[in-house]
Amino acid sequence: MAAGKIVAVGADIAVPTGARVIDGRGKWVTPGIIDAHSHLGVFAAPGVQGHADGNENIDPYTAHVWAEHSVWPQDPVFTKARAGGVTSLLILPGSANLFGGRGVSVKNIPAVTVQQMKFPGAPYTLKMACGENPKGRYGSRGRAPATRMGEVAGFRRAWIDAAEYGRKVDAYEKKRARGEAAEAPKRDLGLETLAGVLKGDILVQNHCYRADEMAVMLDVGHEFGYKTRAFHHAVEAYKIADLLVADDVCVATWATRWGFKMEAYDAIEENAAILSKAGVCVAIHSDEQRLVQRLNVESAVAIAAGRRAGIDISQEEAIKWITINPAKIMGIADKTGSLEPGKMADVVLWSKNPFSVYAIAEKVFIDGALVLDTSDPATRYKSDFEIGQPVGEE
Amino acid sequence: MKHRFPASAALALILAAAVGASPAAAQSFAITNAHLVTPGPVGEVDNGTILVRDGRIVAAGNGVAVPAGLHTIDAKGAVVTPGLIAVNTALGLVEVNSVDGSVDTKTKNSGISASFDVQYGLNPASTLIPIARLGGITHAVVMPDYDDSDQERELPFAGKAAMISLGEGGNILHRPGIGMMLELGEDGAARVGGSRAAEFVQLRQIFDLARQAPREEYPFELSQADVAALKPVLAGTMPLIVVVHRAADIRQVLKLARDYKLKIILSGAEEAWRVADEIAAAKVPVLVNPTSNIPSSFDMLGASLQNAAILKAAGVEIAIGGNDAGHRVREMRYNAGLAVSRGLPYAAGIEALTLAPARIFGVADQMGSIAPGKAADIVIWDGDPLEPLTQPTAIFIAGQEQPLISRATELGKRYMR
Repeated sequence: MAAGKIVAVGADIAVPTGARVIDGRGKWVTPGIIDAHSHLGVFAAPGVQGHADGNENIDPYTAHVWAEHSVWPQDPVFTKARAGGVTSLLILPGSANLFGGRGVSVKNIPAVTVQQMKFPGAPYTLKMACGENPKGRYGSRGRAPATRMGEVAGFRRAWIDAAEYGRKVDAYEKKRARGEAAEAPKRDLGLETLAGVLKGDILVQNHCYRADEMAVMLDVGHEFGYKTRAFHHAVEAYKIADLLVADDVCVATWATRWGFKMEAYDAIEENAAILSKAGVCVAIHSDEQRLVQRLNVESAVAIAAGRRAGIDISQEEAIKWITINPAKIMGIADKTGSLEPGKMADVVLWSKNPFSVYAIAEKVFIDGALVLDTSDPATRYKSDFEIGQPVGEE
Repeated sequence: MKHRFPASAALALILAAAVGASPAAAQSFAITNAHLVTPGPVGEVDNGTILVRDGRIVAAGNGVAVPAGLHTIDAKGAVVTPGLIAVNTALGLVEVNSVDGSVDTKTKNSGISASFDVQYGLNPASTLIPIARLGGITHAVVMPDYDDSDQERELPFAGKAAMISLGEGGNILHRPGIGMMLELGEDGAARVGGSRAAEFVQLRQIFDLARQAPREEYPFELSQADVAALKPVLAGTMPLIVVVHRAADIRQVLKLARDYKLKIILSGAEEAWRVADEIAAAKVPVLVNPTSNIPSSFDMLGASLQNAAILKAAGVEIAIGGNDAGHRVREMRYNAGLAVSRGLPYAAGIEALTLAPARIFGVADQMGSIAPGKAADIVIWDGDPLEPLTQPTAIFIAGQEQPLISRATELGKRYMR
């Protein structure tokens, strides 16, 4: 590693004189862990009302809000995630709305401002949500959407508006390019985001649990010409692996969570293994504060469930679930997510095989900087919130 | 830690087993060539044998002879543990959290708080039970919860907990009334007006009233049934399970227990490590979740992954729970592994899933270890049970072999190609 990048990886690499050498004998090295579904900083700890900044849940159409404008870098859970080897995260708005707003990809470094954390060159993403959350939030308040069909109608109407907005902006830009006089259409932040999706610049991250619903959302994408980058949670994705392969859609899911609502009733631990075997790009995500600290253990649960069902998942395949595949979901796979020359030096040195519950991330590097070293407690960054407080270790 | 089963005791038990040996009944069998890992005198032994007769363990350890003709399962060196005992669960009381009609953990009924009794709400057909069982769990402590939908309601106690068996078929109730639930701290205070300073005053008033002769009417929305339900708590025969987080609150609870001679169990107790010596001195056990290390509220700024290890080192009895009350109870064994990674001795990690909860809830004479006289609640694993890559390969509850399937595994099979 040099100048924040990986220079060389392999068995027979000459170490330049003067380079710092860390003896990794008996230990394991992986790319930095990546969580493609996080709310750190937008639903920060402590979970008080003053920290509830993740859901602009007064209107189902909030494509105009950006999660980065809510991120509180002092959320103490960033440090806890770092201790779990997490080097990059996609921080998304919540799922109360059909269009929740733009997500932000960040590097998990101690910071005072979100600008310091933003992942350089990462594309924007748009959070969308189907199912029980939007209809539950708004239907119970006597407004649309109250049903799944109401949700889909809402999506379609919005895409019609977005297409029209995109045409106006394109027409204006063409005229300007030809040197003709033209009045710029007034910017609409929400439609700008949706038009960005239709142009392929902004990646759709769609919260969707049920198989039938994901299939409907794929149809909506076909109708309006946008691509879904990933279905999130997607606990029934195992029922439609072929559709997901055909549309090259990734899945970000759990192994263990299920049954907390009706649309999560058919969640199975084998989901990731079944999808992986079928050739779907799968990520194990957290969506919560505890799980983000042990995405490696969650992946081990998914491996074991696969084996129990007769699907042999190799460690090489499973590590992709928490490294290169979430990087692909975030549109940053050319920059991080694997140990290759030229990529960002986001690296974790583990005490043991990371699929063991006993494995500890002993050294965590982000862009080549040692941001956590368990042999040096001074590297355990305390957020401003924790300073002077009786906080616990780890 | 290696223990050898005393040969003479083993012989006596084998003889006892052999007398009146019947043709291999379903619940009489032997497990041989087992790597036994259990709390208690048997301990950790290679090449161990367990003899089960009529659903009970009659001998276990090395040098145990298997009577001729007895159905024998060769464990082929696999790890064999007692069945796990889950704490802090709502198994049998909940199907889908967001579907009110499928949730029986709590009530809006203002005349029922301490008298709320989970034993009447149990649903043996819940799909959560086989799913928890596939995590090697054979018994669970089922606890009530609070219904906070009416924020005006004063609600000190959630009601009575029960022990259930996760075995297939019929009656899952193992023992009702094994504890009384009380939540203190920030959430508990909110139910009695918003301050801990009110919470403890009200509790003391209630205990004082309950010690006196019955009255027609009681304050704090307590019914006569509620007050009657507190009698065994005050008599010290039913433990009071106190959900509490902050170190200062834990001290108050310890004092309350001393003043009223209550038998208490702490639950949650994220900051317990800060007062570990006081908890140990009071001989109060703690139900912990090692993953609860988030400063989620001002109640638990000190939450730490090291809580379990520090408590155990101080001499506190701990039981380790799962990651929610129902659907994620099966993760309890990984949570023990996590505690071990942060300094809890391995044997203590196993004990915190088995014998410790059995002792804490007063059923250690029946379960929690592989030992003669106990029910044959036994799990055979394909590796270290604290590792997520490990799965059970056989599960017995009271000697009955359990199917290794659940609604979830059946769904998986349907869609696998």
